[in-house]
Amino acid sequence: MEKILEVRNLSKVFGKGCPNCFEKTGPELNTNICPDCKSVVAAHDLSLDLYKGEILGIMGESGSGKSTVVKNLFFDQDPTSGHAIFYDDDKQYDLFSLNAAQKRHLRNHHFGMVYQNPHLGLNFGISSGGNIAERLLMNDLRNYKEIRERARELLERTEVLTERMDELPKNFSGGMQQRVQIAKALAINPPMLYLDEVTTGLDLSVQAKILDLILEIQQEMNTAMIVVTHDLGVVRLLAGRTIVMKYGRIIESGLTDQILEDPQHAYTQRLVASAL
Amino acid sequence: MTAMRKANAAYPFGFLDEYAKKEVRRTVLKAIAIPGYQVPYSSREMPMGRGFGTGGLQLTLSIIGEDDTLKVIDQGSDDSVNAVNLRSFIEMTCDGIDTTDITDKANLIQSRHRIPEKPLREDQIIVLQVPYPDPLVVVEPSEDKRKIMHGEADYSRLLVKLYEDIVKFDEITISHRYPTCINGHYVIDPSPIPRWDVPKLHQSKALVLLGAGREKKIYAVPPYTDAEPLAFDDMPFRVESFNDENGQRRCCDRCGDDTSFLDEFDGQGGEKVYQCSDSDWCREQSIAKGA
Ligand SMILES: Nc1ncnc2c1ncn2[C@@H]1O[C@H](COP(=O)(O)OP(=O)(O)OP(=O)(O)O)[C@@H](O)[C@H]1O
Ligand SMILES: [Mg+2]
Ligand SMILES: [Zn+2]
Repeated sequence: MEKILEVRNLSKVFGKGCPNCFEKTGPELNTNICPDCKSVVAAHDLSLDLYKGEILGIMGESGSGKSTVVKNLFFDQDPTSGHAIFYDDDKQYDLFSLNAAQKRHLRNHHFGMVYQNPHLGLNFGISSGGNIAERLLMNDLRNYKEIRERARELLERTEVLTERMDELPKNFSGGMQQRVQIAKALAINPPMLYLDEVTTGLDLSVQAKILDLILEIQQEMNTAMIVVTHDLGVVRLLAGRTIVMKYGRIIESGLTDQILEDPQHAYTQRLVASAL
Repeated sequence: MTAMRKANAAYPFGFLDEYAKKEVRRTVLKAIAIPGYQVPYSSREMPMGRGFGTGGLQLTLSIIGEDDTLKVIDQGSDDSVNAVNLRSFIEMTCDGIDTTDITDKANLIQSRHRIPEKPLREDQIIVLQVPYPDPLVVVEPSEDKRKIMHGEADYSRLLVKLYEDIVKFDEITISHRYPTCINGHYVIDPSPIPRWDVPKLHQSKALVLLGAGREKKIYAVPPYTDAEPLAFDDMPFRVESFNDENGQRRCCDRCGDDTSFLDEFDGQGGEKVYQCSDSDWCREQSIAKGA
């Protein structure tokens, strides 16, 4: 299997930090707030690998640092320390040492992100089709008809009524907005997609359809994905491998089936038990 | 007239002090060196409201010399109130310069809304007055973010505007201030000239200087530089059409020319009348035709 992403010792601290931050926080101490300097250790010493076409789940309770991981990898935030390498065929990118223009290039041409809040992923001032067009235009597609066709194709693929492609996303239901967001993220066929709680807050039946769509896309396009969720059902359905986080640390990782059948960490055991 | 002479004596040549003029000239050099880049400068107070062409005026006053011949145009005409006021202010504060209405005779032209029909020459400079210098302001309110977007030539959101325009109206409806890419990188607001004038920026023989007084920015399209209006491959940029219902090119009511940008008026009988917007061009065509 070909590696697409390698993360080593990623840490993210909110606040000025002190020499005791890492010692005095973590799952054993039941906090991510440093008692000495009050900084929040949102993530510490995280390492993970991702392979082409693979879906990795990141699970954990609220505040455990799940979003922090993808936000750092998608350059929405800058890490406090650590390394990450993105492999793209023969090229490799040292993610945290790129300049702003190089980061933007990766976001626009190689990565996709779907947020829980569609306001973060979509421009609500322009039509759904326009949102997709923006991604295509960033990729230097300059033919109006081709842009229209590609946008229509993507919306069809994500099961948004194409007759509504010229409407503003604010007229759409939450589930539809997520579909538009997914279509936009996919517009450039990214090899790497981040999904942060994309079904949270949606009706169960809508959730199920969107999860199906994500699986289909992964199979059709061989997109590698990191799926962030606090929902065990989502990792069970989507992720081949899963990481469990608590207070900014990885407390367990491995094949999803194994984690669900034979959780090692007491916390994971409780999570799995409560979901049964 | 005596009052004018007195006022005249109270100011240095060109109204602005030498220091201010030097700063503008340095800014101009930088603007020429980075085609299309909006160079900030400390725009001075002028004895007229900002927004009345003070950016263009400061450019003109900073580069004009006693040997220069100046033409001032507003809406294509040298006789409109704004043009007359600006010209008399410059005449009053720049002793010894010549002014003219004739495009050919001018080596410095300050203009609002139009670029002359007559192709400009290498020995001419045109100064355009700009109310809003940044084309990105319609898609991004933060100036810091706009600067980054310009730096990275990130104009996709501007293109989305054009996309949405075509979706709604089947064509790009921008009539003035058409966003134009200079030398393959920076996109400029070319000032409120009509689309008709935008192609004149492309590989222009004359230096084009643009000044926004209120926004304190100067930028340039140097001679022989590419200026490409934003468009799609299959929806190319087009200038205004002056064809009538039958597809016949309308011509000027005064000079009969059928190649110039026309203004539309209501005639006495309520019918539409068309005349050259560029008054000097119109006069020249009339003379050539012996009219
Ligand atoms: N900008 C910020 N400033 C300070 N603290 C922050 C900031 N962003 C996140 N945090 C803190 O970092 C920790 C991890 O946040 P993160 O958003 O990664 O959690 P999460 O696992 O995604 O939670 P949720 O399931 O609620 O989305 C939390 O304690 C959070 O309060
Ligand atoms: Mg989160
Ligand atoms: Zn005429």
